[in-house]
Parts: sequence; structure tokens; C-alpha cells
Amino acid sequence: MIEAKNVSKRYGETLVVDGVTLSLPVGGITSIIGPNGAGKSTLLSMMSRVMPMSSGNVWVDGLDVTTTPGDTLAKRLAILRQDNHLSARLTVRELVTFGRYPHTQGRPTVQDREHVERAIEHMGLSALADRFLDEMSGGQRQRAFVAMVLCQDTDHVLLDEPLNGLDLKHAVSMMKRLRHAADTLGKSFVLVLHDINFASCYSDHIVAMRDGKVAFQGRPEDIMRPDVLRAIYELDISVQQIEGDWIATHYR
Amino acid sequence: MPASAPPVPPLRPLLVLGCVAVAFMALFMLVDVSGPWDFVLPFRGKKIATALLVGYAVAVSTVLFQTVTGNRVLTPAIMGFDYLYVLIQTCLVFFLGSTTVAGLDPRFLFGAEVIIMVAFSAVLHGWLFGMARGNVHLLLLSGVVMGVLFRSLSSFVQRVIEPNEFIFLQDRFFASFNNPEHDLLLLSTVLTLGVSVLGLRLLRACDVLVLGREAAINLGVDYQRTVSWVLALVAILVAVSTALVGPVTFLGLLVAHIAYAVMRTYQHVFVLPAAALIAAIALVAGQFILERVFRLDTNPRVIIEFVGGAVFIAMLMRKATR
Repeated sequence: MIEAKNVSKRYGETLVVDGVTLSLPVGGITSIIGPNGAGKSTLLSMMSRVMPMSSGNVWVDGLDVTTTPGDTLAKRLAILRQDNHLSARLTVRELVTFGRYPHTQGRPTVQDREHVERAIEHMGLSALADRFLDEMSGGQRQRAFVAMVLCQDTDHVLLDEPLNGLDLKHAVSMMKRLRHAADTLGKSFVLVLHDINFASCYSDHIVAMRDGKVAFQGRPEDIMRPDVLRAIYELDISVQQIEGDWIATHYR
Repeated sequence: MPASAPPVPPLRPLLVLGCVAVAFMALFMLVDVSGPWDFVLPFRGKKIATALLVGYAVAVSTVLFQTVTGNRVLTPAIMGFDYLYVLIQTCLVFFLGSTTVAGLDPRFLFGAEVIIMVAFSAVLHGWLFGMARGNVHLLLLSGVVMGVLFRSLSSFVQRVIEPNEFIFLQDRFFASFNNPEHDLLLLSTVLTLGVSVLGLRLLRACDVLVLGREAAINLGVDYQRTVSWVLALVAILVAVSTALVGPVTFLGLLVAHIAYAVMRTYQHVFVLPAAALIAAIALVAGQFILERVFRLDTNPRVIIEFVGGAVFIAMLMRKATR
């Protein structure tokens, strides 16, 4: 369970996140949607203690993220941000092995190596396991980073735009894999997504942000409504129900 | 899914480097002895000890600094560490006079300088971590500005100082391997070993730092504390090498890159010893070639910077064409 209370982020005079109070359900997939600059990524970074908050509190399973030691939290919560810069050349396997660091402090055992192989396979990277990341496409690199975070094996996994740079096939398979991990392993995912149709089709819960505040939240069918979407995106968006999913058409 | 065998640690390149280093040391010690052995061996031994210590300090400080800053073209020189050292020396001579400074116990002076340098890095960080929340780029930028400040201040003081005092100063900054500050050798060795033992437990965390700040925090590394400790360690090592032979940071850049290329791993457990060995080889071999082959008694720094520059440009060109 992740709970945020009155969380704000201020840069000088600008409030990027404005007093968000939010309680995210355990299990399943929660998607955060909203226009650019709504504060989605900032909120995610603060919830995962990667970015300090200007005010407010966040608890992960009852642990206050600002005071709990980093290595304790690292076993409960994993975050992947958007831009991942490496200063060394790493292979996929080396990168994914880093995911075991919170459990091993850099000395992986045989079981840890099995974890690593499973995560690599799960992301469909087995054939590329020994390739260097700088010799791979953006989408493959993205999958390798997700594999690292999954390998961390935490109850909560926070992903900032996990579909960034993925083609249709890999975007679908990424969402399917996350859905599968949520259903079979009981993990809770929090995703920042730009594609509202992916959010609609795969999430249990959607949080819509606007101007640093939570504008709406609810099940996909509560959010995927023309009046709600109009209030979030300032766009006339029609919504159709296709094969049981609510699909927004916003291309024209 | 069967787990793959644990990756083989790249021990062979380390072994080869070790052998080459020992070979050069033996050459340096044993070739061309034209005096009593009980004089020659300790005399040359001290030079080798200095080269090893300086090589280690320069290599380790550069690799760690590059890890912390996430940038492989930087050296601690950019933070103005070595010019802080020059400034301290200059101010001492300016305010106390060369006779007083020459009369001071060099070990005491060295100790004071190390403390000032570590305090400087701690203050810079404490202040910046409070303000910029661990933004290493801001830290670097401030370091660059401070470095320029130290440099200008010391050149200003050197200009207004008495010419005789200036010569005394210059002599101190160009301490070479031929006349290193032997009084400091033991103290610096003890200090270097001490901080290295303390630094050992940071090695694995340093590996994680190559992923960048956010990923390191995600994996449970106490980023701020680790970076502060590493920078304090770097400050001490730079103080050691600068006190012994003057500023040799370019060597660090060179050996770090050769070490990355030879070891092909991000793990500091392997990169650091390799870099230290390469630095030792470069210094001992450079000194050997200068003294015995060219019969010149000049400073190996000139050769190192010349060869280093050439190798570095070659590496850049190769990278550009690839």
C-alpha cells in the first residue's frame, strides 16, 4: 500500500505537485495519466524517494520514505525513471544483475543468477543477454531496464513511461507481461502512461492528474468518458466500447 | 531456466599487468649498478616506493572521481584540488616566510594540508547537498569556479611575493621523482593504506553508482553519503600524490582509460587494481627510460604527458572512426 498525504513539490514559486493526497490500492496496475507538466513523473519520483518532497509524507507499507533507510525500502519498492544514463558499458545481464543488489549487496548467489535469467527471459531478451546496452535499440534498452527493476523482486514497482520507445508489438507485450506479473505474483504496479487506451485496457485503477493535482481517479470506465477526458486534456474525445474495452479516439 | 555460470573474473589481465610491473621494478633496481649495493638498493627502492604510491593515489582517485561524477573525461583536477594545495603552500610562504616554512616539520605541514583539503571538499558538499540536493553537475561547476579562484589567488600572491621566496616555492611545486619529499613517504603510505581499507566497503556501492543517481537510490545505496565519502577519499589521495611529486593528474586520465579498455568491466574490484598497476608501470618505466636509456636526469612527467597525450588522441580518433 502506498499512501501520500499533502505531497507538494515546489521549484521557486512554481508548484509542480500541489498537495496530493492519494492512497494506491494493493495489487494490480494503477496508471497515472494526464497532460504534460501535470506532475505525474514528479509525483512518482517523490513517492519512490528518488526526489525529495517540499512538503508532505509518503508511506510505503507503513514505512515513511523520507526516514526509512534506503536499503530497507529497496526491498519493497522499485522505480524506473525515464532517462537512464550509464557511465560504463554494461551488458544486459550485468545490468539486470544490479537488480539483485538490495538483496545481495553485490555478491549474487546461484539463486540470484536464476532470478536474473528469469527476468531476462520474461522481457524477451534471452538472445541479447550478452550484448552491450549501447549496441541496442532504444526499445531493447528500455526492456533491459524494466528487467532490472523486475529482478529487484519488490512488492511495489513504479515505472515512469515504460512504453517509451517501444513499438506496437513490444508495447503490447510489455503491458501483457506487467498484467501477468500483477495477476500471478501479486505485485502492485504504478505506471505513468501517455497512451490513455493502454491505461484503459490494462489498468485496474486510473489516476488522472492536472496542474499538480489529482483531478479524477477511479476504474477505467469512470475515467474513459468524454466529459472527464475533456476536463483533463481540453480535447473533445469520443469514447467507444470495443470488445469490452473503452477506447478513446482522439486523433482528429 | 538454468542459471549461467558466474562470469569469470578478469584475473588474467591483472596478472599480466602485475608481472610487467614487477619486471620493470626489477630492471629499475638491478640494471647499471655502479656503487655499493647497500646504498643503491635503498636509494632506488625509495624512488620505486614513491612511484607505486603516487601511481596508486592518482589512479584510484581518478577512477573514483569519474565514477562519482558519471563522466569519464574528468579528473579531480577539475575541482581545483591540486591548486588548493598550491595555494596553501603559497600562502604559507607569503605569510610566514620561506625560512619558517622550511623549518617546519614537513609531516606536520602535510597533515595540515590534508585536513584543509578534506575540509574543503566536505564544506563544498555539505553546502551544495543542502542546496542542490545532490546535483553533481552543480557541484562540479562550483569546483571549477573554485579551482580558477585558487589558481588566480596563488598566482596573484606569487606575483607580489619576494623573488627569492618565489624560487623557494617553485622548487616545492616541481618536486620530482628524483627528490621526492622522503620524509613524507612513510606518513603518506600509512595514510593511503588507511583510507583504502576504509574505502573497501564502498567498492560495491561504487559499482552501483555507474547506473546514475536515481538508479543507485532505487537500489538502496545511500547516495549522498557514498558520494561524500568517496570525494573525501579522493581529496586525501590527491593530497598525497601532489605533496609527493606535484600535480600529475593527466596520468590519472590516461591510466583510467587504459584500465577500462583492458579490464572490460565496470567492477571497481578489478578496474582499480588494474589502473594502479598501469600507473605504476608508467611511472617506473618512464623513470627507468629517462635515467638509464636517455641518461637524462629530467622529470618523467614530461614524457608521461607527451606519451599520454598521444595515446589519448589516438584513443579518441579510434572512437570517432568506430
